Amino acid sequence: METNEREHVIEVTDLRRVYGGGFEAVRGVSFSVGRGEIFALLGTNGAGKTSTVEVLEGLAPPAGGRVRVLGHDPYTERAVVRPRTGVMLQEGGFPSELTVGETARMWAGCTSGARPEAEALALVGLERRTDVRVKQLSGGERRRLDLALALLGSPEVLFLDEPTTGLDAEGRRATWELVRELRDGGTTVLLTTHYLEEAEDLADRLAILHEGRIAAAGTPAEVTASQPSRISFELPSGYFVGDLPPLGPLGVSGYEEEGRVIRLRTHELQRATTRLLVWAEQAGVTLRGLDVRSASLEEAFLRIAREAPAGVESSVATNLPDVSDVSDVSDVSEERVA
Amino acid sequence: MSAVVGTGRTTTTPAGRMRALARAEATLFLRNKGTLVAALFVPLVLPVSVRSAVPEVNLKEAGLSVGTLVLPAAVGFSLLFAVYAALIGAFVARREELVLKRLRTGELRDVEILAGTALPAAMTGLVQCLLLAVGCTVVLDLDAPPAPQLAIIGLLLGLVTAVALAALTATFSRTTESAQVTSLPLMLLSFAGSGMTVPLEMLPDRLASFCELLPLTPAITLVRGAWTGDLSAYEALGAVLAGLAWTVLSVFAVRRWFRWEPRR
Repeated sequence: METNEREHVIEVTDLRRVYGGGFEAVRGVSFSVGRGEIFALLGTNGAGKTSTVEVLEGLAPPAGGRVRVLGHDPYTERAVVRPRTGVMLQEGGFPSELTVGETARMWAGCTSGARPEAEALALVGLERRTDVRVKQLSGGERRRLDLALALLGSPEVLFLDEPTTGLDAEGRRATWELVRELRDGGTTVLLTTHYLEEAEDLADRLAILHEGRIAAAGTPAEVTASQPSRISFELPSGYFVGDLPPLGPLGVSGYEEEGRVIRLRTHELQRATTRLLVWAEQAGVTLRGLDVRSASLEEAFLRIAREAPAGVESSVATNLPDVSDVSDVSDVSEERVA
Repeated sequence: MSAVVGTGRTTTTPAGRMRALARAEATLFLRNKGTLVAALFVPLVLPVSVRSAVPEVNLKEAGLSVGTLVLPAAVGFSLLFAVYAALIGAFVARREELVLKRLRTGELRDVEILAGTALPAAMTGLVQCLLLAVGCTVVLDLDAPPAPQLAIIGLLLGLVTAVALAALTATFSRTTESAQVTSLPLMLLSFAGSGMTVPLEMLPDRLASFCELLPLTPAITLVRGAWTGDLSAYEALGAVLAGLAWTVLSVFAVRRWFRWEPRR
């Protein structure tokens, strides 16, 4: 990976995690995060994001593999690692009968190098809620309180497990802005999310987890680049798919047909679009509902969530299944282009 | 308590961390009215009922007085209600609210989390027992104890055992409601068999030697011995060892089985 020249603040090598019932939640995950980098773990529910992060936070030992945070084992060398990390769990974890201020004071008493509580609360815009009981906070306010406490000790490494779940759009933007500022100040951030937009906007690099394995990894651009772009339009009346110019020379790698709507997949968006439009112009037809769309992270994500077969090699950058290897799983008819 | 290190960054200490946690826990204790009433008033009221349970003639035969009957019982009620039952509720509530899991992401060590959470309840029990001792001395004409060191050892042993057993019982309690049921076996066993309602001196020998092995019996035996003064060094040592054995067993069981987050 391209971070070799940087100090690796987080190193995960072939991590496995098995739960009591024998369920293997993490099945050989490897990645590393450099100092001052925002790394996102993306995945559907049950993909293994939280199971992975909990090992990095030192809450559980790995069942296999090796994990290092700031060069130490976060589970066995807890006393060395904890003063330098900040953690925000997926769900609260604050006594509901304490006020915001009392909760912050308690955490400050347990945190080395704690900044003043008021300063931490102001970072997330909770300074006016100091005397409110935790149980009276909205879901979004509770997430922000959690973030404030994770930031109390000005940690070098920040673990954020779904930091913006339950936040409104404004709160989400504010959190992103804050995380970027922290990164610019040298903080290393590992976050999990199931918001694609969040990963795409925020992460310097990301990994998509699926069924306990990394299905794709790299910068958002790298992960996206492996995905086909899409052109969709309605077939002009009286026309059939066979009436279109040959798809192969058009640069189209596959298509779907749903009623009159045709969706083409291509890795050469400009060429395919140009030729299609030239054809339409010459044939004198209108392509209603024409929609030309670059590949997106969403596309990559949905594709992996739907289709990645169990057994995909982990830890290899952008190891997405090739289009032609993918069998049809939706009710959309799918054919391959020779 | 924080100490400044070379970089100017303050570093937390175990005592400082536990104090911060205990302070928050004390606030929560004061805000939970149900627990507060049960912990503060039950141990003050129940001993009165013990007084009428045993005829005074039988007491004389066993070499006891109303004072040496009621005070150890009161200490037992304090350990059970103010410490044991209150703490199970606290441990379960913090676990189910994911507070324990969240605390474990920070600098507190596991033992500090449990100790810090237990501190307010243990202090309540300690102060309560001291007040009860003063109260019994005044109201029941109890003389100053001939062996006060036994009372102190017994009380500390009882507190540690009650805290450890509360953590263990919390392990088997899913909700604060079910904790009211899971706490019953030890409570009933202690009422009946640890010399709280009926002093061991008044039980058949065989039964008495079994009851000596119950978790809270050592504490109550030592406290009573402090005031009767007729506990031999051998008997006192036996009680201390039995109490320590329960503490060690509970600590081992807690380390092995304590759950830090709710069962999913």
